[in-house]
Amino acid sequence: MDALNKLPLNIAAAIRGLFGDPHSIWADLTMTVIGIILVIVLIVLAALILILLERKVGGWASQRPGPNRLGPRGWFQTIADALKLLGKEDVTPAEADRFIFKIAPMIVFALPMMTLAVIPYGMGMVPIDLDLGIIYYLAISAISTLALLMAGWGSNSNYSMLGGMRAVAQMISYEIPLIFSLLGVVMITQTFSLSKIVEAQSTIPFIVIQPLAFVIYFIAGIAEVNRAPFDLVEADQEIVAGPFTEYTGLRWGLFFLGEYGNMTATAALITTMFLGGWQGPGFLPGIVWFFLKVGIIIFLMMWIRWTFPRMRVDHLMGLAWKVLLPLSLLNVLLTGLGIYIYQYVLRIGG
Amino acid sequence: MGTTIVFFIFAIMAVAAAWGVVTSKNIVHSAFFLALTFAGVAVLYVLLNADFLAAVQLLVYMGAVNIMVIFAVMLTLRGDVKESSLETKKWGLGALGAALVFIMIALVILTNADWRIPAQAWSGQGSALAISELMLKSYMVPFEAAAILLTLALVGAVILAKGVKESK
Repeated sequence: MDALNKLPLNIAAAIRGLFGDPHSIWADLTMTVIGIILVIVLIVLAALILILLERKVGGWASQRPGPNRLGPRGWFQTIADALKLLGKEDVTPAEADRFIFKIAPMIVFALPMMTLAVIPYGMGMVPIDLDLGIIYYLAISAISTLALLMAGWGSNSNYSMLGGMRAVAQMISYEIPLIFSLLGVVMITQTFSLSKIVEAQSTIPFIVIQPLAFVIYFIAGIAEVNRAPFDLVEADQEIVAGPFTEYTGLRWGLFFLGEYGNMTATAALITTMFLGGWQGPGFLPGIVWFFLKVGIIIFLMMWIRWTFPRMRVDHLMGLAWKVLLPLSLLNVLLTGLGIYIYQYVLRIGG
Repeated sequence: MGTTIVFFIFAIMAVAAAWGVVTSKNIVHSAFFLALTFAGVAVLYVLLNADFLAAVQLLVYMGAVNIMVIFAVMLTLRGDVKESSLETKKWGLGALGAALVFIMIALVILTNADWRIPAQAWSGQGSALAISELMLKSYMVPFEAAAILLTLALVGAVILAKGVKESK
């Protein structure tokens, strides 16, 4: 098992060994490029699997079979859909703000690529290990609001603009409890580094010590990726598809990739911060544990999407500002008190 | 060498985007250019080993750009936003202001021999730690004063939006 656990690290060392000096700039560059390619593969694979899974879970939740025509039990449906998207015409509306319209889907796709690059997938398996991993993650995911607003503005359509405005209102509001809920974990571990936070959870995952923070982050995380019950940004029945209304073909596909990439990134951060990341009982390698936990979180998100109706916009704001924000501040206070009492007891006991 | 190349790429990007902010006729384009400027400046912060500041730059100022675009859309009174920022013609006054600021900074840099901190070996980590030490220990009173000021502004905004009931 230990050998299996270290297999990716050994492969990395072997690739580095191909260079004369295993730590020369060219070896580092090659490893970075390989890491980025793996992250892109992860996003595309995740989107392919998750779109099908979403429809299957939706079928399960509403007691219908879901896609079931193409391939065994309909498992090839997404591949056919992706091929269909490739063949579609790329339409730019005549009145669109052309450059902004064209660059917005690229930004939406690039952001989960940047956030997934700092997640520790296994022992020593971080594509880019940053000291300020959490802050970097939050800073990058904050830009996705801007990308959705650019899409809404650039399309020059009423539905798109309304969607963009909703995106700003919703995502800026939910960002605050989202960030504050992570503070508790940072206070306990005294670090912003994601790999060190995973190592700190070797005995007990933080969901046990920080259950309130987990719930807040989970709710705010669903709101940040604009999924039901917080999908006002792309509420189909009201504003067609929000910022995506005017997009066609592969540009629209990029939004889809970005959305499922963001969902994967949120689940990966929850796994890293609260569920112990790649730590787990030794009968499975760490990376399998990691993706198992990510899968469970994603399944929960899908289950919630197909179970709860969409929130009304004033309830949405009320939940963020009147419930989640005070609760997350309370969590910071309680964590501080807890740390203080813990240190006091240690001093008395020692 | 690599750092120098990265510096020039992003410094030029930041300055070019800033040029776009002031010359663009469409005020929404100005706001998006401003976002690009902020991103370029954030990269410069990273090159200066101020990684925490860079992340905060993205986190806070990118959010501000969103709000600015919305203000631009809501407060523009012209019929077409493509021609919404036509008051950018006062070049003389702008050039005078910019020149004054430039002269001021140049004077500070050229006349003070000790304006910069002597180069020290970079420990490689802890810019967030160093900032928190400064903010919560050395400069705690100004930091708290700023926090109170922001809270006051927030309360004021709430009162303005909600209105005060006149007692009879």
